[in-house]
Amino acid sequence: MTKDDGELADEQKKKKKPSGFWIWALSSVLLRLILISFSGNLNLSSRPEVSTPLTSIRRLAEGYWLKQASMSPYAGSMYHGSPLLLSLLGPLTVQRINGQPSHLFCSLVFVIADILSAMLLRGIGQKLQVAYGLNARLLGLLKSPRDKGILPCGDISALVYLWNPFTIVCCVGLSTSPVENLAVILALNGAVTRRVPLAAFGLVMASHLSLYPAILTIPVIFLLGFGLDAPPLKLFLHTRNVESENRSTSSSSKQAKSKPTAHLPFLWRTVVHFVFWVLVWSLCVLVLCGLSLSKYGGLEEMFKSTYGFILSIEDLSPNIGVFWYFFAEVFDFFRSFFLMVFHVNILFMLLPLAIRLKHRPCFLAFIYLAISSLLKSYPSVGDSALYLSLWALFVNELADMKFSFFLFCGYLGVSLLSPVMHNLWIWRGTGNANFYFGNAIGYACFQIVFVVESVSAMLNHDRALKRCNPNHQKVKN
Amino acid sequence: MARLVLTWWIPLLILQSFLLAIAFGSNEVEEEFNEALLLKPLPDRKVLAHFHFENRAPPSNSHGRHHHLFPKAISQLVKKFRVKEMELSFTQGRWNHEHWGGFDPLSSMNAKPVGVELWAVFDVPHSEVDTSWKNLTHALSGLFCASINFLESSTSYASPTWGFGRSSDKLRYGSLPREAVCTENLTPWLKLLPCRDKDGISALMDRPSVYRGFYHSQRLHLSMVDSGEEGLGSGMVLEQSLTVVLQPDTVSVEKHLQPSWSLSSLFGRKVVGKCVLAKSSNVYLQMEGLKNADPEKTHTLWKSAEFELSIEPDRTLRELSSFLYIFNIDKSSDSEPFDLGFTWKLPSKWLCKQAPLHASRFLMGSGNERGAIAILLKATESPERDITNGCTIKANVFQIFPWYVKVYYHTLQIFVDQQQNTSSEVFKKINVSPSTDKMSSGMMEMMLELPCEVKSAAISIEYDKGFLHIDEYPPDANQGFDIPSALISFPDHHASLDFKEELSTLPLLSKFKDKSLVRSYTEVLLVPLTTPDFSMPYNVITITCTVFALYFGSLLNTLRRRIGEEERFLKSKAGKKTGGLKQLLSRITAKIRGRPVESSSSSESPEAAQSSVLSRKLLFRIMLVAVAAAAWQYFSTDK
Repeated sequence: MTKDDGELADEQKKKKKPSGFWIWALSSVLLRLILISFSGNLNLSSRPEVSTPLTSIRRLAEGYWLKQASMSPYAGSMYHGSPLLLSLLGPLTVQRINGQPSHLFCSLVFVIADILSAMLLRGIGQKLQVAYGLNARLLGLLKSPRDKGILPCGDISALVYLWNPFTIVCCVGLSTSPVENLAVILALNGAVTRRVPLAAFGLVMASHLSLYPAILTIPVIFLLGFGLDAPPLKLFLHTRNVESENRSTSSSSKQAKSKPTAHLPFLWRTVVHFVFWVLVWSLCVLVLCGLSLSKYGGLEEMFKSTYGFILSIEDLSPNIGVFWYFFAEVFDFFRSFFLMVFHVNILFMLLPLAIRLKHRPCFLAFIYLAISSLLKSYPSVGDSALYLSLWALFVNELADMKFSFFLFCGYLGVSLLSPVMHNLWIWRGTGNANFYFGNAIGYACFQIVFVVESVSAMLNHDRALKRCNPNHQKVKN
Repeated sequence: MARLVLTWWIPLLILQSFLLAIAFGSNEVEEEFNEALLLKPLPDRKVLAHFHFENRAPPSNSHGRHHHLFPKAISQLVKKFRVKEMELSFTQGRWNHEHWGGFDPLSSMNAKPVGVELWAVFDVPHSEVDTSWKNLTHALSGLFCASINFLESSTSYASPTWGFGRSSDKLRYGSLPREAVCTENLTPWLKLLPCRDKDGISALMDRPSVYRGFYHSQRLHLSMVDSGEEGLGSGMVLEQSLTVVLQPDTVSVEKHLQPSWSLSSLFGRKVVGKCVLAKSSNVYLQMEGLKNADPEKTHTLWKSAEFELSIEPDRTLRELSSFLYIFNIDKSSDSEPFDLGFTWKLPSKWLCKQAPLHASRFLMGSGNERGAIAILLKATESPERDITNGCTIKANVFQIFPWYVKVYYHTLQIFVDQQQNTSSEVFKKINVSPSTDKMSSGMMEMMLELPCEVKSAAISIEYDKGFLHIDEYPPDANQGFDIPSALISFPDHHASLDFKEELSTLPLLSKFKDKSLVRSYTEVLLVPLTTPDFSMPYNVITITCTVFALYFGSLLNTLRRRIGEEERFLKSKAGKKTGGLKQLLSRITAKIRGRPVESSSSSESPEAAQSSVLSRKLLFRIMLVAVAAAAWQYFSTDK
């Protein structure tokens, strides 16, 4: 892949002041390490906001113990994660160094996962930033390639990921969500950098670990087929006269230039390549899982107690979602109906979003992740950490998002109130379940506002581009 | 003619059946019934009364469904569910192992966990064991007026492999710690006795005095005796026992003197004659810890310096550490009722034999999220423990966890003498079957091997509390949930009374002479679980659905909303040419009519065009509805 001048400029910028980002990144890692040494006192691993039945390390350790005792790790409805994760993290849960907190090695693995995720996010951000600058110049909105107006969204996003209290809490609180997030980010990074096998691997792993990222197939295919986020194609068609010099962020836009039609060409070959790799990786994962479970229930049991557990919402222990209380209260004969309604709610929105935002596949991926975190059966703050850092990738586009201060306060308030309410209800017994559920409802509402405002800000941004475009004005008149 | 034949045949038939009955009756063992009452003064100023009734049906196949003494209900149970062995106990109060003994056959057989305990071994193929168990619980539930049918659900019973002390893979065990035991359970139990509570020893069971006691355990043990002979069925032995610990309410003159008592002061009744159907009918008095007992003068022992009995015993038996006085109640009658009195003359203190380890169990942690269960085994002052090198005490721990107590088996820890011990040294064997949510209960069996000089051993295991659906909570949800007792048994220790004499004629004593496994049950634990708000289902459903409607509506609105400029643009576009939908419609209608597509804008006048478009639309709608109706009709009639 050739580096164009924008990218080079970016590189030079990095060389000029490399210190800022790395200092902040390193200090966040240091903070994690310091917190890990106190993790026993913080008791974060038992917080319902951090560890859900799917991501709790205690359940993983129990699954590992059962496996060591030659029982199926899924016996006893304790462990609901992947058998691969079990063979990876399981041995680390037993190893202990005297005088050190238990699960030290697991914590280190999670720290590494966080760092890797941040680096991959940075890679995605840099690509997006270059594409943004290029598109802006093509539309004639930006004259100089060294315009200070473009924020380094990669760095910002990586730092948002590393310094987000949600991420830190998840990492220190020994939930497996850093690994799940890493897989999702890997898929996106692979798709953005057009490394098809990597994208397929990330997607397969992410869906294997927590089912919901499977909906990312649509944005990843868009990314591979249409290329990176860009303003709607109509704008380029209007500015065809401007569009004379080379424009090679992605091969798709090259072809778009060669064939000046209203439709963006879809790179079928890349997508077929991607589907092939998805099949290959799925086969690998299935074979590995099958091997590790061959002595026990096999793959059927695995699907039943991972995906089945996610879909049937059997565990009613409180978390920051709203499903646990809903299904603890709802009448039994309506249970299956509401299960279907809630799960279909995610699927219903996929198509409208994909139609409206097909020119911005990365943003589409972010919205999908936010929606799935909102409608997940066992959500944790780790999911929020992921979509918040992806949101930071679009700082340039979403600069005039409404209600951002309100949302910030909302997230802050919910994350402060949630432990208080939980304490009142569970530990002190002075509150009841409605206290915590009210908090969860508040959190859901804030997430809804966040998603809706992000989408409308992005659409408004596209409109603004249209309005600013002088050629467009000409066409209209 | 036919009448004549009949008159000839009937007497013959009767004669034949009579002869047959005589022929079979002569070579068969009779069913027998024995009753006995054991009284035992306890060191803590209480008296233990143990009623024991044994009903034997010998192996035979001639009875068919008829029994002379054996209760028909039980024999039907056995035949229907093919029960090999079964024990059902109803208990109230906790056995005090320290004062009432932990190492004698009486305590190892009759110290039962609070509530109902049921175990049964079946003689059916493996696949049918669970079905038989379920049917048995329902039958027993009806028979004993108790909610034993709650043991039917797979979340409340378990199939122990070796931890229960009886290794059979067709064994099922379940217990209901919360079952309240009262006289409605005793009445059907008494109904199984040939004399009910009308005559004999069972006539002593005055309900108020029986239920006033500190401990009350009513037990029913059924076992099959294989005849060994071909063709004969197996015999049945039904043992029914009622163990009560009572406080004699005589006001003692002296403080240190144990209270004196008599049968009439304990029960408010006297024994007036034996149950005439009983083969033997005896009252025993067991005295432990007699200091100056001279084995030579056993016949005078009933009247010593320490105590005095009101009736001279018929026989006195000597055991290692206790004396047993046997009274026969055959002689008693209405005019001369049997009323055994016991008077203490000197203050007396003695110790009961203790199990090697005293077990207790407790909960750790606070709050409604998680906790830990600890079982503490404390060494007792057991006399027969030789502290030599290499001596070990084996202890089996058997514990059932309901599914809402989600146990983390990897957190199992053992502390021997307050030092954390690595598992492999102490755990000889461990068998775990984890619980499945709402499906099955968890079970843990452990074999510990502790050194003899151990002072205490503590096992702890952590758990998370489950969250239940509102329908799964009992009516008094805030009271909490009971975890059934753990069973600690000592496989190397067996309790028996060591009589010199041959005692086959006295079923209770021959039972005590057999070795029985020393076992003790721990306390029932009460685990409070968090409750949801029971009054809120409608609110929760409506609020949650509103939130989702908010999500769906606002997001969809954002996606399809156009700002003013775009609206105007679209309108101007629509003014220029017909919209896509309109074109499509016109194309479809044209095809249906078989006419070429007409351009709606140019040829006709605008009004006519509009009206034609309208009529076409209307037509299309009507057709659509018609097609839908036809399809509906077609599919509905198809089914």
